[in-house]
Amino acid sequence: MDSLSQAFLNSLLLLFSGNSEIWEIIGISFRVSTLAILVATPPALLTAFLLTYGRFPGRRLLISIFSTLLSIPAVVVGLTLYVVLSRQGPLGDWKLLFTQTAMVLGQIALCFPILVAMGHSALQASDRRVWETARTLGASRPRALFTLFREVRFGLFAALLAAYGRIIAEVGASMMLGGNILHYTRNIPTAIALETSKGEFAEGIALGLVLLVLVFSLNGLLHYLQGKGRWT
Amino acid sequence: MLRILPTLTLAWLLCTSSLTFAGEPANPGTIRLATTTSTENSGLLRYLLPDFEAQSGYQVHVIAVGTGKALRMGQDGDVDLVLVHAPQAEQNFVQAGYGIDRQGVMYNDFVIVGPTADPAAVHAANSALAALARIASAKAPFVSRGDDSGTHKKELALWKQADIEPADSWYREAGQGMGKVLQIAGEMDAYTLTDRGTWLALQDKSPLQLLSEGDPQLFNPYGIIAVNPERYPDINYKGARALIGWITSPQGQSRIGDFRVGDNRLFTPSATAPPMAEKNIK
Repeated sequence: MDSLSQAFLNSLLLLFSGNSEIWEIIGISFRVSTLAILVATPPALLTAFLLTYGRFPGRRLLISIFSTLLSIPAVVVGLTLYVVLSRQGPLGDWKLLFTQTAMVLGQIALCFPILVAMGHSALQASDRRVWETARTLGASRPRALFTLFREVRFGLFAALLAAYGRIIAEVGASMMLGGNILHYTRNIPTAIALETSKGEFAEGIALGLVLLVLVFSLNGLLHYLQGKGRWT
Repeated sequence: MLRILPTLTLAWLLCTSSLTFAGEPANPGTIRLATTTSTENSGLLRYLLPDFEAQSGYQVHVIAVGTGKALRMGQDGDVDLVLVHAPQAEQNFVQAGYGIDRQGVMYNDFVIVGPTADPAAVHAANSALAALARIASAKAPFVSRGDDSGTHKKELALWKQADIEPADSWYREAGQGMGKVLQIAGEMDAYTLTDRGTWLALQDKSPLQLLSEGDPQLFNPYGIIAVNPERYPDINYKGARALIGWITSPQGQSRIGDFRVGDNRLFTPSATAPPMAEKNIK
């Protein structure tokens, strides 16, 4: 086996020698996770709003459920969707298993609770009067919602970034639902798992580096936003 | 701010609706092949399939899992065909009506690898069963695939034939693919049973050594089976037939025979060879 430093060097070489396969894998990761977050965010934030400002029976229970779902293992999400999407499952006719769509669905299921729970805490910290004032001043509901979201935008961004960080680094659901198909559903985490099992540590590390840099930037941004726009 | 709301909603709807199409699930140009980790980890399929794809215009989606899971995917209609290595399980699969058109494709063999120090003196055993008996009586650590793969099925059958119940603490079930299990065995100084293909592909990176080989018991044939279109009429049976036809054709077979890792030929084509020749491998 290569020494760690050698594997590390090789990984840098791989990344910057324009190894098209690695960049394709990176592209798939971004496409799937970005699509998932785009689809999940609007309904999730709306749910968060209803949970914070709505008054209906079962509201507290729902909040607890979403908080619990925060820690659901990705493989459980993967397995559940696998059973649902398999030809033998209720949605089998759609033939979605082992497609990028299945991966997107898995990642939506994973990031939705994060968006709701973190969106909920962000909205809870908001001043109720923002909503009330906007409504009193004659703003329509969507308009008032917009004003409110603007008010707590830092918290919402934080939720978005945390959710993105979770799904782009997630391996369990992607492996089960996508099937790790080359050029199609092989993303960064499943490729790392495969390369590691083949003993190709340099490629694993190269992809790990990309993830690390990405998640690090996301976290940096997160801290920046939590400090409401200050770096210190 | 509010003026962009319709635009945003439209963008969101576009994203969401793209989900239904992103998968191209019913694309007749794709073939879904469930296969074993050994054909994928050894690099064979990545060497073979581009040729087939270029000639046929099909695109092959390879899902590499253990043989047990691959057959299950075929049974559930989640793939179009399977390429596996577990003759008994394959026979059951065809008999149950889950698959048709089974063809032999190639073979290699299993080998027993272990630590260089060889505490159980496996290298001195004259058969695979004797080798396993030595490992068991020395209580030397042995890593099992433990994942219902073809290799796992073979290993369990061998233990049974040797009349040994491998359940003690020296016997570890990893539940992982072949490459991973070789790494685990390497780290633990343990013995394991592996297909020769994966072993040859990984031996340079492994501290383990080949200790027992050549027993006819360790013969490892690979078969390809189309999922029965009568069970799933909309499955890509045509594509499956095309792939089976190509891989068993003289051209596909000679490509398999040409595949080398280092200087080693990993798989021996067997689709055109007389069945008896399959039995005499060294």
